[in-house]
Amino acid sequence: MSMTLTPHRAVAAPPAARTDATAASPTPASSVVTSPVITTSDAKSSVATLQGVIKRYGKTEALRGLDLTLRRGEVAALLGPNGAGKTTAVRLLLGLISPDEGRVCVLGRDPRTSSARTRIGAMLQVARVPETLLVREHIALFRSYYPRPLPAAEVVRSAGLEGIENRKFGDLSGGQRQRVLFALALCGDPDLVVLDEPTVGMDLQSRRRLWDEVRARAASGKSVLLTTHYLEEADALASRVVVIDKGRVIREGTPSEIKHGVSGRRIRCVTRLDSEQVRALPSVLSVQGDRDALVIYADRPEDVVRRLLLEDDSLHGLEVCAAPLEDAFLALTGGNTAQA
Amino acid sequence: MSVNTFAVAAQSADLLFPLRILLKETQYELARLLRSRAYSLSVIGFPIMFYLIFGLANRGKPAALYLIAGYTCMGVVSACLFGIGLVLAMERAQGWLDLKRASPMPRFAYIGAKMVSSAAFGLIIATLLILLGTTLGGITVSATQAAALAGVAIAGSIPFAAMGFLIAYLIPPNAGPGIINLIYLPLSFASGFWMPVSMLPHWLQAVAPALPSYHLAQIAFASVGLAPAAGMALHWAVLGGFTLLMLVAAWITFLRSEAQA
Repeated sequence: MSMTLTPHRAVAAPPAARTDATAASPTPASSVVTSPVITTSDAKSSVATLQGVIKRYGKTEALRGLDLTLRRGEVAALLGPNGAGKTTAVRLLLGLISPDEGRVCVLGRDPRTSSARTRIGAMLQVARVPETLLVREHIALFRSYYPRPLPAAEVVRSAGLEGIENRKFGDLSGGQRQRVLFALALCGDPDLVVLDEPTVGMDLQSRRRLWDEVRARAASGKSVLLTTHYLEEADALASRVVVIDKGRVIREGTPSEIKHGVSGRRIRCVTRLDSEQVRALPSVLSVQGDRDALVIYADRPEDVVRRLLLEDDSLHGLEVCAAPLEDAFLALTGGNTAQA
Repeated sequence: MSVNTFAVAAQSADLLFPLRILLKETQYELARLLRSRAYSLSVIGFPIMFYLIFGLANRGKPAALYLIAGYTCMGVVSACLFGIGLVLAMERAQGWLDLKRASPMPRFAYIGAKMVSSAAFGLIIATLLILLGTTLGGITVSATQAAALAGVAIAGSIPFAAMGFLIAYLIPPNAGPGIINLIYLPLSFASGFWMPVSMLPHWLQAVAPALPSYHLAQIAFASVGLAPAAGMALHWAVLGGFTLLMLVAAWITFLRSEAQA
């Protein structure tokens, strides 16, 4: 499965260039990049890139050669367990930290330049915001940082803050606070919005509203990168999911690619075979104990089931299904949390 | 989305734009601090309360004038150490500073707003104390003296603002209030903010001239005619040197924290 199957704006390349590219090499993905026609449009459609980024904190390596590309008009979700390096990646993209090795490029610039920052909006996990300022004052201040800000009324509407503009930040509920932080990310009408765990503490309605706004931004050609713990959120919102673990990208694709093509199928059964024996079967990705049963992820479930039935005539309770995104995610990242 | 069509093309002159940000930043920094009761009550409230107790007890006596100058200094130092040192330490720890840094806000606007706000608090405290002294305190302060003291409050906030920036990068934010009180209360006492240094224990009298706040106090006393204006150049020079020292130290700590990030 190719890594560049991301659905983004159709590239209006001349048909000749396409046939050339595909004919030149059996791996279209790599040849596309070398084709001059596509390279220009690719540069145009790429909004931000991390290239071979290594970031160390003391002796621990938070990122070990992370490659990440965000494209115009896409909603990309960065998924990973705690400590995978999601927040480090976000902080690099925002120019809050610099890489030890590798390159970070946002909108063709170093993210630490103010010309890049003018076109990025950020929503970070902020423990405390000045509480004695009113919602509309916070918005007014952030709007003043941008030469061409979004009108205040538009910011208020987009973040769903109607009716609470004149409340002090300190008087707001947790979900409302998150919405104010979201509003601040929109103030500059940025080309790229980076949302770090945006919907933590939001009620369902606020969450859906934020999702709608994110979709609307992507539809108008802006890009959004979000990190989330809610797999449901990535599934519902993202056109592309990038799973990272231990500082590396371990898989990327559309949510359905991650679920089906990538992590294969989920097989559950009660068997005499132990997990070591099952793990040795062809195409098996992972094996976990689940009470009296085993949960097996495999690329070719038919082969695995055939072998299982052959080797264990007492096998029962057999289920085969497409892995939900959550299971796929746990399988990809080692699945420790599933057994806990 | 009709976003772009609505956006006013407020392409401003390049020079005015950052200045306008500084102005907005300052406006909201001040509003936020004034509205925060924890901050206003301690920074403005303490000098005023002390004056109502100790100043008015010395109604009409030179001590009532002395305490106007002394408590102004105390207000200036606490406004800077709490308003910059503590506030910035909290904003760093709580992620708010990161959000500001990720925005295109120019750094000088953030630093400038905090410095102007501290100076404004110093000015407010000086004004309130002069008003209290001339009405309830039974003393006379000439317009020149009042203006001079106000000027000292503003200029005097610069070295302690620099100290505030340094403190913000050194203290653990949770222990912030305690540590700042441990710095600022002994400093106030030993520098003669509350009583003349000559009334302090001998060893403290020897230490006092080593404190920047002592020199601030001497300038403040001279501004209201309680000390000879002669040695002022030395006091200003000490404050200037202290400012430089603090700024360099703050810059080094700042760079070190950036490198660790």
